[in-house]
Amino acid sequence: MNIAEMLSLGFMQNAFVAGLALALCAALLGVCLVLRRSSMIGDGLSHAGFAAFALATVFGWLPLPFALVAVSLLSFLVLRLSRNRNGDAAIAILSASSLAVGTFAISITRGVNIDINSYLFGSILAVSRAEAISALVFAAVVLVIFVLCFNRIFALTFDERFARTMGVKVGFYEAIFAVICSVIIVLGMRLLGALLISALIIFPALTAIRLVKDFRSTMICAVIVSLLSFVVGLTFSYLLGTPAGSTIVLVDLAVFALACLVRKIC
Amino acid sequence: MAKILIRAKDLCAGYGERIVLKRANFAIAEGDFVCVVGANGAGKSTLIKAILGLIKPKAGAIELAKDLKRSELGYMPQDTQFETDFPASVTEIVRTGALGRMGLRPFYGTAERKAASDCLRMLKIGKLAQRNFAELSGGQRQKVLLARALMASRRVLFLDEPSNNLDYKSKADFYALLKRLNAEEGLTIVMITHDVDVHDLIGNKVLALRDEDLWLGETAKYLEVIHEHC
Repeated sequence: MNIAEMLSLGFMQNAFVAGLALALCAALLGVCLVLRRSSMIGDGLSHAGFAAFALATVFGWLPLPFALVAVSLLSFLVLRLSRNRNGDAAIAILSASSLAVGTFAISITRGVNIDINSYLFGSILAVSRAEAISALVFAAVVLVIFVLCFNRIFALTFDERFARTMGVKVGFYEAIFAVICSVIIVLGMRLLGALLISALIIFPALTAIRLVKDFRSTMICAVIVSLLSFVVGLTFSYLLGTPAGSTIVLVDLAVFALACLVRKIC
Repeated sequence: MAKILIRAKDLCAGYGERIVLKRANFAIAEGDFVCVVGANGAGKSTLIKAILGLIKPKAGAIELAKDLKRSELGYMPQDTQFETDFPASVTEIVRTGALGRMGLRPFYGTAERKAASDCLRMLKIGKLAQRNFAELSGGQRQKVLLARALMASRRVLFLDEPSNNLDYKSKADFYALLKRLNAEEGLTIVMITHDVDVHDLIGNKVLALRDEDLWLGETAKYLEVIHEHC
Protein backbone atom coordinates (compact mmCIF):
# COMPACT_ATOMS: atom_id res chain seq x y z
CA MET A 1 0.00 0.00 0.00
CA ASN A 2 1.14 3.49 -0.75
CA ILE A 3 0.16 4.84 2.67
CA ALA A 4 1.95 2.06 4.55
CA GLU A 5 4.99 2.57 2.38
CA MET A 6 4.85 6.31 3.01
CA LEU A 7 4.78 5.82 6.78
CA SER A 8 7.70 3.43 6.68
CA LEU A 9 10.00 6.03 5.15
CA GLY A 10 12.25 7.76 7.65
CA PHE A 11 11.99 11.22 6.11
CA MET A 12 8.21 11.00 5.94
CA GLN A 13 8.06 10.03 9.60
CA ASN A 14 10.17 13.09 10.42
CA ALA A 15 7.98 15.30 8.26
CA PHE A 16 4.81 13.98 9.93
CA VAL A 17 6.10 14.33 13.49
CA ALA A 18 7.54 17.81 12.96
CA GLY A 19 4.57 18.96 10.90
CA LEU A 20 1.92 17.77 13.35
CA ALA A 21 3.78 19.34 16.27
CA LEU A 22 4.06 22.65 14.43
CA ALA A 23 0.50 22.49 13.14
CA LEU A 24 -0.69 22.23 16.75
CA CYS A 25 1.35 25.24 17.87
CA ALA A 26 0.43 27.26 14.79
CA ALA A 27 -3.30 26.70 15.39
CA LEU A 28 -3.13 27.85 19.02
CA LEU A 29 -1.02 30.90 18.23
CA GLY A 30 -3.01 31.65 15.08
CA VAL A 31 -6.27 32.13 16.98
CA CYS A 32 -4.62 34.84 19.08
CA LEU A 33 -2.87 36.55 16.18
CA VAL A 34 -5.92 36.57 13.92
CA LEU A 35 -8.24 37.85 16.64
CA ARG A 36 -5.74 40.53 17.63
CA ARG A 37 -5.58 41.64 13.97
CA SER A 38 -1.92 40.66 13.71
CA SER A 39 -2.24 38.03 10.99
CA MET A 40 0.52 39.56 8.91
CA ILE A 41 3.17 39.17 11.60
CA GLY A 42 3.75 35.55 10.63
CA ASP A 43 4.12 36.53 7.00
CA GLY A 44 6.70 39.23 7.73
CA LEU A 45 8.68 36.96 10.00
CA SER A 46 8.73 34.07 7.57
CA HIS A 47 10.44 36.29 5.01
CA ALA A 48 12.90 37.34 7.67
CA GLY A 49 13.44 33.63 8.33
CA PHE A 50 14.36 33.16 4.68
CA ALA A 51 16.94 35.96 4.90
CA ALA A 52 18.36 34.48 8.09
CA PHE A 53 18.76 31.02 6.55
CA ALA A 54 20.34 32.47 3.44
CA LEU A 55 22.82 34.59 5.40
CA ALA A 56 23.70 31.68 7.68
CA THR A 57 24.36 29.42 4.69
CA VAL A 58 26.42 32.05 2.89
CA PHE A 59 28.58 32.85 5.92
CA GLY A 60 28.84 29.26 7.05
CA TRP A 61 27.00 29.76 10.36
CA LEU A 62 24.76 27.08 11.82
CA PRO A 63 21.51 27.91 10.05
CA LEU A 64 18.95 26.75 12.62
CA PRO A 65 20.31 28.44 15.77
CA PHE A 66 21.16 31.61 13.84
CA ALA A 67 17.71 31.82 12.27
CA LEU A 68 16.04 31.15 15.63
CA VAL A 69 17.88 33.98 17.34
CA ALA A 70 17.56 36.41 14.42
CA VAL A 71 13.85 35.80 13.85
CA SER A 72 13.05 35.94 17.57
CA LEU A 73 14.77 39.30 17.89
CA LEU A 74 12.99 40.60 14.80
CA SER A 75 9.68 39.32 16.12
CA PHE A 76 9.93 41.66 19.13
CA LEU A 77 10.60 44.53 16.76
CA VAL A 78 7.69 43.58 14.51
CA LEU A 79 5.35 43.23 17.45
CA ARG A 80 6.30 46.68 18.63
CA LEU A 81 5.98 48.16 15.15
CA SER A 82 2.62 46.52 14.59
CA ARG A 83 1.22 48.60 17.46
CA ASN A 84 1.82 51.78 15.46
CA ARG A 85 -0.64 53.06 12.98
CA ASN A 86 1.72 52.23 10.12
CA GLY A 87 2.30 48.72 11.42
CA ASP A 88 1.20 47.03 8.21
CA ALA A 89 3.60 49.16 6.20
CA ALA A 90 6.42 48.26 8.58
CA ILE A 91 5.70 44.57 8.09
CA ALA A 92 5.55 45.01 4.32
CA ILE A 93 8.97 46.68 4.44
CA LEU A 94 10.36 43.85 6.54
CA SER A 95 9.00 41.22 4.12
CA ALA A 96 10.35 42.82 0.99
CA SER A 97 13.72 43.77 2.47
CA SER A 98 14.25 40.31 3.90
CA LEU A 99 13.54 38.65 0.58
CA ALA A 100 15.93 41.10 -1.08
CA VAL A 101 18.69 40.48 1.48
CA GLY A 102 18.26 36.72 1.22
CA THR A 103 18.31 36.48 -2.56
CA PHE A 104 21.11 39.06 -2.82
CA ALA A 105 23.30 37.18 -0.35
CA ILE A 106 22.76 33.91 -2.18
CA SER A 107 23.38 35.37 -5.61
CA ILE A 108 26.75 37.01 -4.80
CA THR A 109 28.13 33.89 -3.22
CA ARG A 110 30.02 31.61 -5.53
CA GLY A 111 30.94 28.07 -4.81
CA VAL A 112 28.02 27.48 -2.49
CA ASN A 113 25.26 25.42 -3.96
CA ILE A 114 22.01 26.66 -2.49
CA ASP A 115 18.60 25.63 -3.65
CA ILE A 116 16.52 28.80 -3.22
CA ASN A 117 13.40 26.89 -4.12
CA SER A 118 13.62 24.63 -1.11
CA TYR A 119 13.79 27.68 1.18
CA LEU A 120 10.95 29.47 -0.48
CA PHE A 121 8.63 26.56 -1.07
CA GLY A 122 9.86 23.93 1.36
CA SER A 123 10.98 20.40 0.90
CA ILE A 124 9.62 17.23 2.34
CA LEU A 125 13.15 15.82 2.58
CA ALA A 126 14.50 18.68 4.63
CA VAL A 127 13.41 17.68 8.13
CA SER A 128 15.97 15.75 10.15
CA ARG A 129 15.16 13.42 13.02
CA ALA A 130 16.67 15.92 15.47
CA GLU A 131 14.45 18.70 14.13
CA ALA A 132 11.39 16.47 14.39
CA ILE A 133 12.17 15.74 18.04
CA SER A 134 12.84 19.43 18.75
CA ALA A 135 9.48 20.28 17.23
CA LEU A 136 7.78 17.69 19.42
CA VAL A 137 9.37 19.06 22.60
CA PHE A 138 8.49 22.59 21.53
CA ALA A 139 4.87 21.60 20.94
CA ALA A 140 4.66 20.07 24.41
CA VAL A 141 5.93 23.31 25.96
CA VAL A 142 3.53 25.44 23.91
CA LEU A 143 0.60 23.22 24.84
CA VAL A 144 1.40 23.50 28.55
CA ILE A 145 1.68 27.29 28.26
CA PHE A 146 -1.65 27.59 26.46
CA VAL A 147 -3.47 25.32 28.91
CA LEU A 148 -2.08 27.01 32.03
CA CYS A 149 -2.48 30.55 30.71
CA PHE A 150 -5.68 29.96 28.78
CA ASN A 151 -7.88 32.33 30.79
CA ARG A 152 -5.37 35.14 30.69
CA ILE A 153 -4.66 34.63 27.00
CA PHE A 154 -8.38 34.88 26.35
CA ALA A 155 -8.67 38.02 28.47
CA LEU A 156 -5.88 39.84 26.65
CA THR A 157 -7.01 38.69 23.22
CA PHE A 158 -10.56 39.82 23.81
CA ASP A 159 -9.87 43.09 25.58
CA GLU A 160 -6.27 44.05 26.17
CA ARG A 161 -7.03 47.15 28.20
CA PHE A 162 -9.34 45.37 30.59
CA ALA A 163 -6.82 42.55 30.93
CA ARG A 164 -4.25 45.13 32.00
CA THR A 165 -6.57 46.43 34.72
CA MET A 166 -6.83 42.82 35.87
CA GLY A 167 -3.06 42.67 36.28
CA VAL A 168 -2.46 40.46 33.23
CA LYS A 169 1.11 41.05 32.04
CA VAL A 170 0.27 41.80 28.42
CA GLY A 171 3.86 42.53 27.40
CA PHE A 172 5.03 39.21 28.81
CA TYR A 173 2.45 37.27 26.81
CA GLU A 174 3.25 39.23 23.68
CA ALA A 175 6.89 38.24 24.09
CA ILE A 176 5.84 34.61 24.46
CA PHE A 177 3.69 34.87 21.31
CA ALA A 178 6.62 36.42 19.44
CA VAL A 179 8.99 33.62 20.41
CA ILE A 180 6.45 30.89 19.64
CA CYS A 181 5.78 32.48 16.26
CA SER A 182 9.50 32.62 15.49
CA VAL A 183 10.09 28.99 16.41
CA ILE A 184 7.11 27.82 14.33
CA ILE A 185 8.43 29.76 11.37
CA VAL A 186 12.04 28.66 11.63
CA LEU A 187 11.24 25.00 12.23
CA GLY A 188 8.37 24.92 9.75
CA MET A 189 10.12 26.77 6.96
CA ARG A 190 12.16 23.75 5.94
CA LEU A 191 9.01 21.76 5.41
CA LEU A 192 6.54 24.30 4.06
CA GLY A 193 8.78 27.05 2.77
CA ALA A 194 9.09 30.72 3.69
CA LEU A 195 6.29 31.81 1.40
CA LEU A 196 3.71 29.39 2.77
CA ILE A 197 4.47 28.84 6.45
CA SER A 198 2.33 31.77 7.62
CA ALA A 199 -0.72 30.06 6.11
CA LEU A 200 -0.30 27.32 8.70
CA ILE A 201 -0.79 29.98 11.37
CA ILE A 202 -3.78 31.88 10.03
CA PHE A 203 -5.93 29.38 8.09
CA PRO A 204 -7.02 27.06 10.94
CA ALA A 205 -7.92 30.06 13.09
CA LEU A 206 -9.96 31.69 10.33
CA THR A 207 -11.77 28.42 9.68
CA ALA A 208 -12.51 27.83 13.38
CA ILE A 209 -13.81 31.37 13.89
CA ARG A 210 -16.41 30.69 11.24
CA LEU A 211 -17.56 27.43 12.78
CA VAL A 212 -17.83 27.95 16.53
CA LYS A 213 -18.98 30.66 18.90
CA ASP A 214 -16.81 30.64 21.98
CA PHE A 215 -13.10 31.03 22.54
CA ARG A 216 -12.30 27.60 23.96
CA SER A 217 -14.13 25.80 21.16
CA THR A 218 -12.35 28.04 18.65
CA MET A 219 -8.97 26.93 20.00
CA ILE A 220 -9.95 23.25 19.96
CA CYS A 221 -11.53 23.49 16.52
CA ALA A 222 -8.50 25.30 15.10
CA VAL A 223 -6.20 22.57 16.41
CA ILE A 224 -8.33 19.79 14.90
CA VAL A 225 -8.60 21.58 11.56
CA SER A 226 -4.87 22.27 11.54
CA LEU A 227 -3.84 18.69 12.33
CA LEU A 228 -6.28 17.14 9.85
CA SER A 229 -5.36 19.53 7.05
CA PHE A 230 -1.72 18.79 7.63
CA VAL A 231 -2.17 15.00 7.51
CA VAL A 232 -4.36 15.16 4.41
CA GLY A 233 -2.09 17.70 2.73
CA LEU A 234 1.14 15.85 3.38
CA THR A 235 -0.37 12.53 2.32
CA PHE A 236 -1.62 14.02 -0.96
CA SER A 237 1.72 15.68 -1.50
CA TYR A 238 3.44 12.30 -1.18
CA LEU A 239 0.95 10.43 -3.34
CA LEU A 240 0.81 13.05 -6.08
CA GLY A 241 4.44 14.10 -5.89
CA THR A 242 3.48 17.74 -5.34
CA PRO A 243 5.32 20.19 -3.03
CA ALA A 244 4.32 19.67 0.61
CA GLY A 245 3.84 23.35 1.43
CA SER A 246 1.52 24.22 -1.40
CA THR A 247 -0.50 21.01 -1.07
CA ILE A 248 -1.09 21.56 2.66
CA VAL A 249 -2.02 25.21 2.13
CA LEU A 250 -4.45 24.21 -0.64
CA VAL A 251 -6.13 21.74 1.72
CA ASP A 252 -6.31 24.49 4.36
CA LEU A 253 -7.85 26.80 1.79
CA ALA A 254 -10.41 24.17 0.76
CA VAL A 255 -11.42 23.59 4.40
CA PHE A 256 -11.68 27.34 4.94
CA ALA A 257 -13.90 27.72 1.87
CA LEU A 258 -16.06 24.86 3.12
CA ALA A 259 -16.36 26.55 6.54
CA CYS A 260 -17.45 29.80 4.89
CA LEU A 261 -20.08 27.88 2.94
CA VAL A 262 -21.33 26.06 6.04
CA ARG A 263 -21.61 29.35 7.90
CA LYS A 264 -23.55 30.90 5.07
CA ILE A 265 -26.02 28.05 4.90
CA CYS A 266 -26.51 27.61 8.66
CA MET B 1 -18.94 62.43 55.98
CA ALA B 2 -18.58 59.49 53.64
CA LYS B 3 -15.27 57.71 53.42
CA ILE B 4 -12.88 58.88 50.69
CA LEU B 5 -12.01 56.00 48.32
CA ILE B 6 -9.92 57.77 45.69
CA ARG B 7 -7.99 61.00 46.05
CA ALA B 8 -6.02 62.78 43.31
CA LYS B 9 -3.22 65.06 44.50
CA ASP B 10 -1.80 67.59 42.03
CA LEU B 11 -2.38 65.05 39.29
CA CYS B 12 -0.88 65.81 35.88
CA ALA B 13 -1.57 63.40 33.05
CA GLY B 14 -1.46 63.33 29.28
CA TYR B 15 -0.12 61.59 26.20
CA GLY B 16 3.40 62.16 24.94
CA GLU B 17 4.10 65.88 25.09
CA ARG B 18 0.49 66.80 25.55
CA ILE B 19 -0.80 67.50 29.03
CA VAL B 20 -4.56 67.28 29.39
CA LEU B 21 -4.80 67.36 33.17
CA LYS B 22 -2.86 69.96 35.11
CA ARG B 23 -2.52 69.72 38.87
CA ALA B 24 -5.94 68.23 39.42
CA ASN B 25 -7.11 67.75 42.99
CA PHE B 26 -10.29 65.93 43.84
CA ALA B 27 -11.70 63.17 45.99
CA ILE B 28 -14.30 60.50 45.29
CA ALA B 29 -16.22 59.26 48.31
CA GLU B 30 -17.83 55.90 48.93
CA GLY B 31 -21.33 55.77 47.47
CA ASP B 32 -20.75 58.65 45.04
CA PHE B 33 -22.16 58.48 41.53
CA VAL B 34 -19.95 60.86 39.56
CA CYS B 35 -20.64 61.82 35.94
CA VAL B 36 -17.51 63.01 34.15
CA VAL B 37 -18.25 65.63 31.50
CA GLY B 38 -16.12 67.69 29.15
CA ALA B 39 -15.55 68.31 25.46
CA ASN B 40 -13.72 65.79 23.26
CA GLY B 41 -10.05 65.83 24.14
CA ALA B 42 -10.67 67.47 27.53
CA GLY B 43 -9.08 64.50 29.23
CA LYS B 44 -12.02 62.43 30.44
CA SER B 45 -10.60 59.07 29.37
CA THR B 46 -7.10 60.13 30.39
CA LEU B 47 -8.32 60.83 33.89
CA ILE B 48 -9.93 57.43 34.22
CA LYS B 49 -6.93 55.64 32.72
CA ALA B 50 -4.66 57.40 35.20
CA ILE B 51 -6.83 56.32 38.14
CA LEU B 52 -6.90 52.73 36.85
CA GLY B 53 -3.15 52.71 36.36
CA LEU B 54 -3.36 52.20 32.59
CA ILE B 55 -1.19 55.30 32.09
CA LYS B 56 1.39 56.75 34.44
CA PRO B 57 0.69 60.23 35.84
CA LYS B 58 3.24 62.82 34.66
CA ALA B 59 3.27 64.26 38.15
CA GLY B 60 1.25 64.08 41.33
CA ALA B 61 -0.41 60.98 42.65
CA ILE B 62 -3.59 58.96 42.93
CA GLU B 63 -4.19 57.64 46.40
CA LEU B 64 -6.59 54.80 47.09
CA ALA B 65 -8.21 54.12 50.48
CA LYS B 66 -6.14 51.68 52.55
CA ASP B 67 -8.60 48.81 52.15
CA LEU B 68 -9.03 49.33 48.40
CA LYS B 69 -6.70 47.57 45.98
CA ARG B 70 -6.20 48.64 42.40
CA SER B 71 -7.48 45.26 41.20
CA GLU B 72 -10.74 46.07 43.02
CA LEU B 73 -11.51 48.89 40.59
CA GLY B 74 -14.00 47.66 38.03
CA TYR B 75 -13.68 49.03 34.53
CA MET B 76 -16.11 49.05 31.65
CA PRO B 77 -14.56 50.24 28.39
CA GLN B 78 -16.36 51.61 25.35
CA ASP B 79 -18.20 48.97 23.40
CA THR B 80 -17.02 50.18 20.00
CA GLN B 81 -13.59 48.59 20.27
CA PHE B 82 -14.88 45.04 20.03
CA GLU B 83 -14.61 43.09 16.81
CA THR B 84 -17.88 41.91 15.37
CA ASP B 85 -16.74 38.35 14.73
CA PHE B 86 -14.92 37.60 17.97
CA PRO B 87 -15.87 34.13 19.17
CA ALA B 88 -16.45 34.54 22.90
CA SER B 89 -19.29 33.40 25.11
CA VAL B 90 -20.82 35.71 27.69
CA THR B 91 -19.66 33.44 30.52
CA GLU B 92 -16.07 33.42 29.24
CA ILE B 93 -16.06 37.20 29.17
CA VAL B 94 -17.65 37.78 32.56
CA ARG B 95 -15.31 35.34 34.29
CA THR B 96 -12.23 37.30 33.21
CA GLY B 97 -13.31 39.90 35.76
CA ALA B 98 -12.01 37.53 38.44
CA LEU B 99 -8.44 37.37 37.08
CA GLY B 100 -7.31 40.35 39.15
CA ARG B 101 -7.71 38.52 42.45
CA MET B 102 -6.49 35.08 41.34
CA GLY B 103 -2.77 35.69 41.70
CA LEU B 104 -0.89 32.97 39.83
CA ARG B 105 -3.74 30.47 39.97
CA PRO B 106 -4.36 29.30 36.36
CA PHE B 107 -7.99 28.13 36.45
CA TYR B 108 -11.27 29.50 37.76
CA GLY B 109 -12.54 27.80 40.90
CA THR B 110 -16.05 27.21 42.19
CA ALA B 111 -16.13 30.66 43.80
CA GLU B 112 -15.35 32.46 40.52
CA ARG B 113 -17.86 30.39 38.57
CA LYS B 114 -20.57 31.13 41.08
CA ALA B 115 -19.69 34.82 41.25
CA ALA B 116 -19.99 35.04 37.45
CA SER B 117 -23.48 33.52 37.44
CA ASP B 118 -24.45 35.80 40.33
CA CYS B 119 -23.35 38.87 38.38
CA LEU B 120 -25.34 37.77 35.35
CA ARG B 121 -28.39 37.14 37.50
CA MET B 122 -28.04 40.50 39.24
CA LEU B 123 -28.24 42.23 35.85
CA LYS B 124 -31.04 39.89 34.72
CA ILE B 125 -29.06 38.46 31.82
CA GLY B 126 -28.63 34.92 33.18
CA LYS B 127 -30.26 33.60 30.02
CA LEU B 128 -27.46 34.99 27.87
CA ALA B 129 -24.72 33.01 29.66
CA GLN B 130 -23.88 30.69 26.77
CA ARG B 131 -24.59 33.16 23.95
CA ASN B 132 -21.95 34.56 21.62
CA PHE B 133 -21.07 38.13 22.60
CA ALA B 134 -20.89 39.25 18.97
CA GLU B 135 -24.52 38.28 18.33
CA LEU B 136 -25.99 40.33 21.17
CA SER B 137 -27.71 43.70 20.83
CA GLY B 138 -25.91 46.88 21.92
CA GLY B 139 -27.84 47.04 25.18
CA GLN B 140 -27.16 43.41 26.00
CA ARG B 141 -23.46 43.83 25.27
CA GLN B 142 -23.27 46.78 27.64
CA LYS B 143 -24.82 44.67 30.37
CA VAL B 144 -22.32 41.88 29.76
CA LEU B 145 -19.43 44.34 30.03
CA LEU B 146 -21.03 45.76 33.16
CA ALA B 147 -21.31 42.25 34.61
CA ARG B 148 -17.61 41.72 33.92
CA ALA B 149 -16.76 44.99 35.68
CA LEU B 150 -18.97 43.99 38.62
CA MET B 151 -17.19 40.66 38.73
CA ALA B 152 -13.95 42.59 39.21
CA SER B 153 -15.38 44.95 41.80
CA ARG B 154 -18.43 45.29 43.95
CA ARG B 155 -17.14 48.61 45.27
CA VAL B 156 -16.00 51.03 42.57
CA LEU B 157 -16.92 51.03 38.91
CA PHE B 158 -15.54 53.15 36.09
CA LEU B 159 -17.58 53.39 32.91
CA ASP B 160 -16.36 54.94 29.68
CA GLU B 161 -19.27 56.39 27.68
CA PRO B 162 -21.59 53.44 28.28
CA SER B 163 -24.52 55.08 26.51
CA ASN B 164 -22.69 55.24 23.19
CA ASN B 165 -24.45 53.22 20.48
CA LEU B 166 -27.53 52.68 22.59
CA ASP B 167 -31.01 53.56 21.45
CA TYR B 168 -33.20 55.66 23.73
CA LYS B 169 -34.91 52.76 25.46
CA SER B 170 -31.76 50.70 26.09
CA LYS B 171 -30.09 53.81 27.43
CA ALA B 172 -32.89 54.55 29.90
CA ASP B 173 -32.89 50.91 30.90
CA PHE B 174 -29.13 50.91 31.44
CA TYR B 175 -29.18 54.15 33.45
CA ALA B 176 -31.94 52.74 35.68
CA LEU B 177 -29.76 49.72 36.31
CA LEU B 178 -26.78 51.89 37.30
CA LYS B 179 -28.94 53.95 39.65
CA ARG B 180 -30.19 50.77 41.28
CA LEU B 181 -26.65 49.39 41.75
CA ASN B 182 -25.59 52.71 43.27
CA ALA B 183 -28.57 52.98 45.60
CA GLU B 184 -29.12 49.35 46.59
CA GLU B 185 -25.68 47.78 46.39
CA GLY B 186 -23.80 50.88 47.56
CA LEU B 187 -21.61 50.78 44.46
CA THR B 188 -19.46 53.85 43.84
CA ILE B 189 -19.71 54.78 40.17
CA VAL B 190 -17.62 57.08 38.00
CA MET B 191 -19.11 57.41 34.52
CA ILE B 192 -17.89 59.35 31.51
CA THR B 193 -20.87 60.71 29.63
CA HIS B 194 -20.72 61.22 25.92
CA ASP B 195 -22.58 64.45 25.48
CA VAL B 196 -23.36 67.06 28.08
CA ASP B 197 -27.06 66.45 28.02
CA VAL B 198 -28.80 67.21 31.30
CA HIS B 199 -30.53 63.81 31.07
CA ASP B 200 -27.17 62.08 31.17
CA LEU B 201 -26.27 63.59 34.51
CA ILE B 202 -27.88 60.83 36.50
CA GLY B 203 -25.39 60.79 39.40
CA ASN B 204 -25.31 62.87 42.56
CA LYS B 205 -22.08 64.57 41.46
CA VAL B 206 -20.48 65.99 38.33
CA LEU B 207 -16.81 66.16 37.48
CA ALA B 208 -16.35 68.73 34.71
CA LEU B 209 -13.14 69.09 32.72
CA ARG B 210 -12.35 72.21 30.72
CA ASP B 211 -9.07 73.68 29.51
CA GLU B 212 -6.93 71.72 31.95
CA ASP B 213 -9.28 72.79 34.75
CA LEU B 214 -11.33 70.46 36.87
CA TRP B 215 -14.50 71.02 38.87
CA LEU B 216 -16.16 68.44 41.09
CA GLY B 217 -19.39 69.08 42.96
CA GLU B 218 -23.05 68.28 43.42
CA THR B 219 -25.04 67.80 40.24
CA ALA B 220 -27.61 70.44 41.33
CA LYS B 221 -24.86 72.98 41.88
CA TYR B 222 -23.35 72.19 38.47
CA LEU B 223 -26.69 72.70 36.76
CA GLU B 224 -27.10 76.05 38.54
CA VAL B 225 -23.72 77.26 37.33
CA ILE B 226 -24.38 76.06 33.80
CA HIS B 227 -27.75 77.79 33.87
CA GLU B 228 -26.21 81.10 34.92
CA HIS B 229 -23.68 80.96 32.09
CA CYS B 230 -26.26 80.27 29.42
